[in-house]
Amino acid sequence: MSDTNQAVEVRAVSRTFGGRKGASVTALESVDLGVAAGEFVSLIGPSGCGKSTLLRLIADLDTPTSGELSVFGKPARQARIDQDYGIAFQQAGLLPWKTVTGNIELPLALHGAGRKERRDRVTELLELIGLTDFAGHYPDQLSGGMQQRVAIARALAESPRLLLMDEPFGALDEMTRERMQNELVRICAETQAAVVFVTHSIPEAVFLSDRVVVMSPRPGRITDVVDVSLGGPAERDDSLREDDAFFHAVATVREALHGVPVGGARGVDNR
Amino acid sequence: MSSTTATIPERALARGSAYRTIVAPIVLGVALLGLWQAVVDGFGIEQYIVPTPTDIFHEITDNLGSIVDGSVRTGVNALIGLVVGAFVGILGAVVAGVWRIFDTIVAPLVAALAVMPIVALAPVLYTMYGADKETARQIVAAVAVIVPVYINTLRGLRQVRPVHRDLMRVYAASARQQQLAVTLPTAAPYVFTGLRVASSLAVISALIAEYFGGPIGGLGKSITSSAASSNYALAWAYVFGAIVLGLVFYCAALAVEMFFTRHRSTP
Repeated sequence: MSDTNQAVEVRAVSRTFGGRKGASVTALESVDLGVAAGEFVSLIGPSGCGKSTLLRLIADLDTPTSGELSVFGKPARQARIDQDYGIAFQQAGLLPWKTVTGNIELPLALHGAGRKERRDRVTELLELIGLTDFAGHYPDQLSGGMQQRVAIARALAESPRLLLMDEPFGALDEMTRERMQNELVRICAETQAAVVFVTHSIPEAVFLSDRVVVMSPRPGRITDVVDVSLGGPAERDDSLREDDAFFHAVATVREALHGVPVGGARGVDNR
Repeated sequence: MSSTTATIPERALARGSAYRTIVAPIVLGVALLGLWQAVVDGFGIEQYIVPTPTDIFHEITDNLGSIVDGSVRTGVNALIGLVVGAFVGILGAVVAGVWRIFDTIVAPLVAALAVMPIVALAPVLYTMYGADKETARQIVAAVAVIVPVYINTLRGLRQVRPVHRDLMRVYAASARQQQLAVTLPTAAPYVFTGLRVASSLAVISALIAEYFGGPIGGLGKSITSSAASSNYALAWAYVFGAIVLGLVFYCAALAVEMFFTRHRSTP
């Protein structure tokens, strides 16, 4: 099949949802997208543009009506069964009856990892997300940001080479959100995983991504791909958020989204 | 638990108002008992119509051994019924949760059980299992328990959140793993709610079943025989025993429920 350097390969994929009385909705129409190994790609667009649908197709939580989709050169279904990716949703989706440790090791436990292996991995991940002191806490004792960090640690538990994230910071406040973005840049640098990241925030997409894929609704399709490349992880810190290159990239994505040039680069809203 | 538990507002609030939630009902209860005593004494109401709280209290202290024995006898029947009924109810709900067709098939039976006064079966069961055995009473209690446990458990099994279902699919979890990791723990609080409702039903059913026959010694039989011999204060003393027994069952079930739902507030 295709080159295994490619994390995700989407070719002419469409997804139509059958409605009542024969009415159907085209969520995605002939979408093509490639994500290289280690690359960070954001999907951005208004509600109903199919960005979450596309992510669910890659995750094999849904199947395309037509077209081809492969993950690391395998069919999406095989990639899911082989646990080639980790996933985080907008809701942290932690199990409330399990501790932080119990939640992070859930995928490892389901796949039969030994007790020692699980403990070691959880210790590493807790360090990575900075929640070592909270190992024995229950989700209801954590803030929203902490819960989301636990969900990300759970997604990373089996060291996947691909991370799928569906608006993972969507429910967080702005300050927590920026801090989480900084952490995600660091985590990605450490794990070398490719990321497909769904968001509706332009600055978030620009800050995190190598490439921003701009989508439009009815029917959902890709209208533009903006190369951001604001430098390696070392340069991506809070000072980048005030850099001219950052504002320029934000303006470019903005224009691509709205289909018209917008005034000055300073006219950036901070969401 | 750990110090962070104390920061949860509801818990702190509950602790602060403990004085009001415990002391206030006690004060009301004592006042009502005083009023009862005063009315019966003041109007010279005959003891066979309404005995005074002090009469009842004397009967309780004089017959404490018999009341405790009766409570244990009735309580054991209720407990056996509760355990057996809960087992059948939960098992049935798990089967119905996995195979929807089973739910459809048993739905009319569950509805029939829910509307049927189960103690009415007691006389029939006494002839089936022998009037010298406790079996009939235990069966009545068990049947009364099955319905609330079944209905609550089945509802709980259907509360699995879509995000958890997606996760299980992502992890390529088997049907059995999904049941153990997500479905059953999600249902647990509902199961315990069902058990709490059922615990009172078990005591009531086991006790009322004694009215229709069977061996003597239980609270129900003692209430009817004291009333039949016009010893109303003693009958009330056994009723008091029944109230305590019901409370013990209810509070035990509530404590178990609270323990298993202590981390269910948010996510």
